[in-house]
Amino acid sequence: MEIAVVDYKGGNVQSVLFALERLGAQPILTADPEVLRRADKVLFPGEGEASSAMQALRESGLDLVLPTLTQPFLGICLGMQLLGTHSDENDTPMLGLLPFQVQRFVPDADHKVPHMGWNNLQALRGPLLAGLTEADHVYFVHSYYAPVGAYTIAQAEHPAPFSAAVQHRNFYGVQFHTEKSGGVGTRILANFLAL
Amino acid sequence: MVKKRLIPCLDVRDGRTVKGIQFEGLRDAGDPVALAARYAFEGADELVFLDITATNQRRQPLTELVRDIARVLDIPFTVGGGISTVADVEALLLSGADKVSINSAALARPAFISDLARRFGSQCVVVAVDARLVDEEWQVMTRAGTTPTGRQAVDWCRMAADLGAGELLLTSMSHDGTKAGFALELTRAVSDAVSVPVIASGGAGQPSDFTAVFEAGGADAALAASIFHFNETALPALKQYLHTAGIAVRL
Repeated sequence: MEIAVVDYKGGNVQSVLFALERLGAQPILTADPEVLRRADKVLFPGEGEASSAMQALRESGLDLVLPTLTQPFLGICLGMQLLGTHSDENDTPMLGLLPFQVQRFVPDADHKVPHMGWNNLQALRGPLLAGLTEADHVYFVHSYYAPVGAYTIAQAEHPAPFSAAVQHRNFYGVQFHTEKSGGVGTRILANFLAL
Repeated sequence: MVKKRLIPCLDVRDGRTVKGIQFEGLRDAGDPVALAARYAFEGADELVFLDITATNQRRQPLTELVRDIARVLDIPFTVGGGISTVADVEALLLSGADKVSINSAALARPAFISDLARRFGSQCVVVAVDARLVDEEWQVMTRAGTTPTGRQAVDWCRMAADLGAGELLLTSMSHDGTKAGFALELTRAVSDAVSVPVIASGGAGQPSDFTAVFEAGGADAALAASIFHFNETALPALKQYLHTAGIAVRL
């Protein structure tokens, strides 16, 4: 099985590569459209700021390639947010694969921003999260979020519910860091590789 | 809801943990990679590695160590100690560190915080603040706590957060090593002054100290070294204690 990790110079991909290797996979880090098209699975990790990530995607032409992919695709953190239509982070148009607009958390006395740390998942459904329960925790670090919608396959609260995981067709996204979420994250990555 | 975090801190010199460890079954007690894996297994929510190597030749070995840690560790970790340039940070993040902790370099040039936040995102920028109680004022110290800066702790924390720090690691030097509990008033004052998460450090001695720093101190996370290293308080037992005390933790 060929596992491709999208290389767009946009974030720390090393942890995702290591996590896949721990599962016995041999991921290829690439920005080559041909390699991405023929891979069995594509992972799209993201960190940092939305507009510079979108600019990096445009410069490499990947903004046109990624939406055409047909194999299981997993966006992680900013990689999930980029699947939406728009982000309030520097008023950035995104890839538009899923109908959500990314918004900023508003801090209050009990809810810091970034939303940083371990939070439990709720209302889980679908094969990506198979075997997990609402007692399971995953690791989040983000200041922007996708609202809950028909595409939501898991949610978390900070303090209101937001999309912790999304799916539309072959495009999956997780707001949390699967590669940093201990055994629960490993299970989710294994589920993705088994899709 | 997001849970309160427990963060063991490992001091590393020349690639080895400095303080002695007494974990059963850990053959090489000084190996930070083995120790990190053990802490993760026991339920640590994150780890902090503080490089205290006092030479200018440590950069490359440190990135190698970070790679070795990232290869086995499936929880987040922060690396700190002597980080002073964007290139330092880039090398550590590319090696697999999730966050970097900066201290003296940020005090010397506060714009370093915003440089890093713009380049890599606030989520990976931790500003460490060492505070000491002098004449009833919390003063910020620099250069491993040896030199006063003239800055007041709450003011500097607020400034660091405004410049783009994603998290603050607040150490009370007046409590560090005393095992008499965390600096609750300082932690509460900083936590109320900023909207980013605050990690409290210095003074952990017994389980009730953690309850106090999460409740009265308003901390989002608590960092400790010796009580975990010397196995005085095992992580699973501490988490169970906090859970029973009504603190939301990841079990």
